[in-house]
Amino acid sequence: MKILVAIKRVVDHNVRIRVRPDGSGVETTGVRMSMNPFCKHAVEAAVQLSEAGHGDEIVIVSIGPKVANDVILTALAMGAHRGILIETDAALETLAIAKLLAKVVAEENPDIVLLGKQAVDDDSNHVGQMLAALTSRPQATFASEIKVTGQSLEVTREVDTGRETISVPLPAIVTADLRLNTPRNAALPMVMKARSKPLAVRTGAEFGVDLVPRLTVEKISPPAERVAGKTVGSVSELAAYIASEVSQMEAL
Amino acid sequence: MSVLVLADHDLGVLSPATARIIAGVSALGPVDVLVVADDATAIAQSVSTLAGVAKVLTAKGNVLADSLEVLLSGLAVRYHYVAASAGSVGKDVIPRLAAKLDLMPVTDVVAILGPNRFERPIYAGNAVQTVTDNQARHILTLRASAFRPAATGNAAPIEAIDGAVASAARLIAEHRTESDTPDLATAQIVVGGGVALGSAENFQLIENLAKKLGAAVGATRAAVDAGYAPNDWQIGQTGKIIAPDLYIAIGISGALQHLAGIQGAKKIIAINTDAEAPLVKLADVALIGDLFEIIPQLISELNQRIP
Ligand SMILES: Cc1cc2nc3c(=O)[nH]c(=O)nc-3n(C[C@H](O)[C@H](O)[C@H](O)COP(=O)(O)OP(=O)(O)OC[C@H]3O[C@@H](n4cnc5c(N)ncnc54)[C@H](O)[C@@H]3O)c2cc1C
Repeated sequence: MKILVAIKRVVDHNVRIRVRPDGSGVETTGVRMSMNPFCKHAVEAAVQLSEAGHGDEIVIVSIGPKVANDVILTALAMGAHRGILIETDAALETLAIAKLLAKVVAEENPDIVLLGKQAVDDDSNHVGQMLAALTSRPQATFASEIKVTGQSLEVTREVDTGRETISVPLPAIVTADLRLNTPRNAALPMVMKARSKPLAVRTGAEFGVDLVPRLTVEKISPPAERVAGKTVGSVSELAAYIASEVSQMEAL
Repeated sequence: MSVLVLADHDLGVLSPATARIIAGVSALGPVDVLVVADDATAIAQSVSTLAGVAKVLTAKGNVLADSLEVLLSGLAVRYHYVAASAGSVGKDVIPRLAAKLDLMPVTDVVAILGPNRFERPIYAGNAVQTVTDNQARHILTLRASAFRPAATGNAAPIEAIDGAVASAARLIAEHRTESDTPDLATAQIVVGGGVALGSAENFQLIENLAKKLGAAVGATRAAVDAGYAPNDWQIGQTGKIIAPDLYIAIGISGALQHLAGIQGAKKIIAINTDAEAPLVKLADVALIGDLFEIIPQLISELNQRIP
């Protein structure tokens, strides 16, 4: 089986971001970047499937600037076999990303495409679903468990009411939730070895896809600030506060 | 400008999120609501009473993304907007529908500024994006917690459409969380617990306090990962987004991914041993101390004050 994993380089999830005062965006220069956490779970899932005998080849694809090489190398060090970087400095919308990925899927014809369920920068949670539509493949989003059963996957998904297990025939698109697994940290020899694995660099233009944004971002602003409150000294004081809040609530 | 809203429901009951989505989009135009279920009768009946609803459409089928996409893309040509709540079904199908129609969706909308101007949070709510959408049709998800529910008293007509579409995916099992607490995403009061609770048994302290206040129960990701609470109680960037009038956070540090889920809370109370915890610093009211001593006392005090 062949597994394609799409990964994104984003501002590290531990960094508290700063909105530029002119509203043009979020400061990213000099800020630590890393693989989107959900993508890391997707890579780990692919490696585990392969270790269990279900994946002959794991191909990593990332779309972004030249430096996105580093997250591909991380994925190769985790156990993936080769990488593709679609190099672009433009901030692409999820629809454009999905269209580029659909071209890669057409070329590579993987049995499973794994992606993170969302990227922690734009928080969109779109790409897997869009790719599924563009390739007319079934999808299993927000996966917390994946089992291969013959020519289909049994995927447990995190949904509003708890969890549910669905069966999807292959080829299929799966997006990873955080509880899917614990991503490994690649040991140094693996990191060294990753550098000798094949990594193809392509340009967005060569896929002949319309990458022009559909939405205009007018501005990016910081959220409304909360004013700091007070500390109470006793449980009775807190109980009094809660009781008064509850009595003032307007009924919905 | 006409709007189609996909209704959320569970076990034959309309989800409270839907009334909020309908109220949110009703400024955009007359709203038709689609209910997809094996038996849509009772759900459609509830929808028809909501203010702003012009017509309720019912279709037989399931809410798996690929079949919903086919159904919705067939209907979409008649509408300027297709909207759903940013819950698990909306998140699953709306981007898929948008791509099928070659449109870029606008998701997790928290404010509608005009017919094609929307606000949506990014970076775990640490920034807010204002976008203009000049496409011919707008495909949206809205965060239910950001809108007030529509009033009732309407009696919109209900019309069945031919909607049975097969899905390539098949539901094999549901593992639901049994709970009689209110819907977390739309609750007026939420009591949340963190990893400090230490066990699933201890987490019942949180549930007891919630029960006393008629509140929904929430949890941090760390508490869910530790097995103290089910995943659908997770509040945050990758859990549920809440906007209650009152949020009581107990033994929760206030990591930015958790704060992403509670920005809409009107008042926040924090109970924590650590006066330096980020959540304590931004709470309206904080009590520093051990939750295992505080919660039982608090419940008994509340029993006296709120009968
Ligand atoms: C990609 C990503 C997504 C994430 N998404 C989410 C999300 O959606 N939601 C979420 O919540 N987290 C999320 N997280 C995890 C998040 O970063 C934090 O790890 C988590 O919120 C911490 O949970 P906590 O407050 O329960 O635990 P801790 O951070 O360990 O805090 C425990 C708190 O309890 C206090 N305490 C300890 N003992 C007591 C006591 N006896 N009485 C009172 N107080 C006590 C401590 O002082 C401390 O403040 C995500 C992380 C990542 C990487």
